[in-house]
Amino acid sequence: MSSDPNRFEQFDLGSHVGEDRVLGEAPSELHPPTLRSELRGYLIGLVLAAALTAASFWALDEHVIYGPGIVMALIVFGLAQVGVHLAFFLHLTTAPDNANNALALAFGVLIVSLIFFGSIWVMFHMNQHMIPARALMEMRGG
Amino acid sequence: MSAASTALRAGSDPYHIGHGPSTGVPEYTGHGAGGPAPKRIVVGYGFWIFILSDVILFSCFFATYTVLIEARNGGPGPQQLFDLHNTAVETACLLLSSFSCGMTSLAVARHNLLWSEITLAITGLLGLTFIGLEVHEFLGLVAQGAGPTRSAFLTSFFALVGCHGVHVTAGLLWLGTMMAQFPAKGFKQTILHRYLCFSLFWHALDIIWIGIFTVVYLIGTITP
Repeated sequence: MSSDPNRFEQFDLGSHVGEDRVLGEAPSELHPPTLRSELRGYLIGLVLAAALTAASFWALDEHVIYGPGIVMALIVFGLAQVGVHLAFFLHLTTAPDNANNALALAFGVLIVSLIFFGSIWVMFHMNQHMIPARALMEMRGG
Repeated sequence: MSAASTALRAGSDPYHIGHGPSTGVPEYTGHGAGGPAPKRIVVGYGFWIFILSDVILFSCFFATYTVLIEARNGGPGPQQLFDLHNTAVETACLLLSSFSCGMTSLAVARHNLLWSEITLAITGLLGLTFIGLEVHEFLGLVAQGAGPTRSAFLTSFFALVGCHGVHVTAGLLWLGTMMAQFPAKGFKQTILHRYLCFSLFWHALDIIWIGIFTVVYLIGTITP
């Protein structure tokens, strides 16, 4: 394999494209994935995602979780399911071919966190410092 | 390339920490050694950047919804408006369509036209069911006077969930294009790259939906 001068071009034949592996693995010419192994990966992902979805709805319906903790439980189930999708459906790994994708994802997560939690934080404190509407009306009336 | 290859064969292999083959034979390209990355890697990376920017767009809508959830101007809130059974069915549709899109990827990788078309059709039908349920929900809300103009909360709700619905609709148009292009053009490299981007897009839409059913519907319903 290593003596073939054209082996780098062989990676570009497109034969791995449809395997949904661009965010996943480097082309493994020694061990090409079998239909059975790939199918099993997708089935594991489906079962895990369905279980986490069911857990989210179940946590809300049945009062099995301490009330104030439900929101945190839902967030945990949601993030876990995002992880399942990234790993089993999008095939995001830490393989060398995937390092750029993983770094871009990390940056995206940073920006999303800043926007989402930053907005909540700022707006919560702004509301705290606002004059209540009723007091404002009384000030105007008086 | 030859100099880099020689260096790698000598075992220096600087960027493959923990992943490189122990023999020192370069398996991976596009890391400053071993030649440029193959096109499928570059195409996937570019489209992944687009998806992440789309996720950042959605995060703004999520932040708006979360901030405005109690700004109802005396109007109805999530507890009165949302039917969680409808949400559960929508969630099941999108999850199954994401799985079926994975099955399409397996068929496309093996250049199997029949199974590619069958699984694409299943993916599309599940997506259509999802859109139908969402449109039905929106029309029901507007009919009971809870349209996007009722309160800031409802504006942010329709903006966020509607934006996702528009994405799914665009994905369905793309899906139809792929169903036409596989028989018409065959499994050429350009078509395979196009399909790769479609599959990334479709899986990403399901990831956005996880956020929507968790934040908008489930957490929304327990917000007083």
